Amino acid sequence: MSDARTILTRIREALREPAPKRHLHGHGSLDEDRPGGPEDFRAWLPPVGERWSEQFELFRANALALKAEVVVYRDTKDLATQLRQRAAAEGWKKLALARTGWSADLLGQLPGDKVFADAGYDRGAVESCDVGVTECDALVAQTGSVLVTSASAGGRVLSVLPPHHVVVARHDQLVPDLSAALARAREIYREGGWPSMLSFITGPSRTGDIERILVLGAHGPKRLTIFCDQPA
Amino acid sequence: MARATISAQFRTAASKLTADLKHRGWISKSLRGYETSRRGNQAKYGDWNSAREAAGSIKYEAVNHLDRYLEEFARNFEANGGKIFWASTGEEARDYVVKLARDRGVRSVIKSKSMTAEEIHLNPALEEAGLPVVESDLGEYIVQLRGEAPYHLVFPAMHLDRHEISTLFEEKLGSAPTDDPERLTMIAREVMRDKYLTADMGITGANFAVAETGMISITENEGNARLTAALPKIHVALMGIEKIIPRLEDLALFLPMLATAGAGQPMTCYNSLYTGPRKAGEVDGPEEFHLVILDNKRTQLLADAEQRDALHCIRCGACLNVCPIFRNVGGHSYGTTYQGPIGSVITPHLRGLQNWKHLSAASSLCGACTETCPVKIDIHHHLLHNRRNAAQGKQTWYEKIGFRLFAWAARSPGLFRFGGRFAGLALKLRPRGPLDPLQAWTSTRGFPTPAPRSFNAYWRSRKGGP
Repeated sequence: MSDARTILTRIREALREPAPKRHLHGHGSLDEDRPGGPEDFRAWLPPVGERWSEQFELFRANALALKAEVVVYRDTKDLATQLRQRAAAEGWKKLALARTGWSADLLGQLPGDKVFADAGYDRGAVESCDVGVTECDALVAQTGSVLVTSASAGGRVLSVLPPHHVVVARHDQLVPDLSAALARAREIYREGGWPSMLSFITGPSRTGDIERILVLGAHGPKRLTIFCDQPA
Repeated sequence: MARATISAQFRTAASKLTADLKHRGWISKSLRGYETSRRGNQAKYGDWNSAREAAGSIKYEAVNHLDRYLEEFARNFEANGGKIFWASTGEEARDYVVKLARDRGVRSVIKSKSMTAEEIHLNPALEEAGLPVVESDLGEYIVQLRGEAPYHLVFPAMHLDRHEISTLFEEKLGSAPTDDPERLTMIAREVMRDKYLTADMGITGANFAVAETGMISITENEGNARLTAALPKIHVALMGIEKIIPRLEDLALFLPMLATAGAGQPMTCYNSLYTGPRKAGEVDGPEEFHLVILDNKRTQLLADAEQRDALHCIRCGACLNVCPIFRNVGGHSYGTTYQGPIGSVITPHLRGLQNWKHLSAASSLCGACTETCPVKIDIHHHLLHNRRNAAQGKQTWYEKIGFRLFAWAARSPGLFRFGGRFAGLALKLRPRGPLDPLQAWTSTRGFPTPAPRSFNAYWRSRKGGP
């Protein structure tokens, strides 16, 4: 049986001879003395834009390209109305919801059967829901991603088991890129500590394992709908 | 297996598949699609090459201070309530997982994609212990049903067409035949739903381990890893020692780059970070979270300072996709867990240089792998390094005599000229057909005709002598 010490000692032995210095190949904007860090990533990754509206358009375009749907609402009253209309139009009979959050009251009043993900909930019941509705921690413009955690999205399962995932978000949750989203998460969980799971969701579940042909809903949701309001 | 058998098997499999034009056409077709989308997404980056440079230097920093970062990672991981098992060998890792499953009374296991689990042959060990294990990734599930190894690090079932998959499902699952990839995917989805809800143990891999926060990061498209790490009461993750990155923010670079290099995507569908088992106050998640950190000869590669950067690999599979050899011989011919150029570099370190040195020769040294690698590993030069290391001190007596004769002739201009003329004549007059001494070459290729006069003679005539 090995332990940490055995392996770490072997690693130290192995590292005794230094590796040759990384040689840069002459392209790119880096030099040997300044290899670059997180503060530089922004310049190399796809550009995002400064204003909220630019970033939101980028978020929407990226999400759409990945077959997610982005819907704008005016205020919480309008959000409730739009969700109700959807539920009627798409025949949502059974909804999976979290107990907590700013949207809890609003979602609790939607028509249909509800399964709440609280301690000891029935996973089979969540599986049989038409829709899982969750909040999120951030929307990422650069990638069209939604950041959810086990704290913000009613645990690990709610956002991935039902065939349709609906996200309710607020405009101040939109961030330019992944660095900003991670910084936002640090801020949110600074006091209470990290939740046990964080997940960047980028479009509905997908696979290309058969002939590299895109199929949605491989194991997770076939549909992803994101509701977001706009700044006044 | 004996040395001769391993390389002979490679040669036989490679010759057979290279002659299979249907297979070649099939693989190039699907890789062309990948290349188009990868190029499109790379073009959206502000500066893809600087991003590669930075990704390479982050991994350089991590791998060259691996002891420090692993300690930091382990401290943070354990503080979050996870348990680490350090495994020197594949056997230790297997035994740990099997014993854990037995101790906890596990009856069935669901697994998401993990090349480390393939490397240590975890599934056969679990099955031998009477623990049924199901691969939940669609491609992995397909090759599992066929009793095959994955064809490709990232696209395990890329060698099969929809008809073959439909027939397979018909045989193994009793489903109705269909030509529709969506229908086939839904058949697997249905099968798997039940398995997630009933399995007692979920096994996953890990793409990155963040030292600063003690989190592991898992990248996937299907949602199967999300479910595998959410529903069973025990979550076991496996990773090699080299998966470390220093800071959480480093993921802001690696996650999009892995997606773009690996599958030509802007971002993979689910990039999930796990800090520990279910926390107090959370509604679900596993009660236990175990992480197996595997050495399995990686420290030997680490000790080779010249090739240490091969441990920077993030297993995106891009070097396979662009490799002319991979495209022709296919993933199964290699007979290794890790196929393609990077597999040819690291397998000799992980499984013995003399047994696997033939892989270093399975390269045109075109450098497409090095050019595409998102962390800038010097892949094709390492193939040369392996060739050199394999040949060191291994010359046969006839090679020794041959080179000594050559050195002697090369030092004497008259003898060299005579040798050149003699060789030209010998080439022209040699017997053809089965008696041709150059048969190994000429049976599949034409041999160049020697020039009518030597370069030396041409130079003299042109310049009027040296």
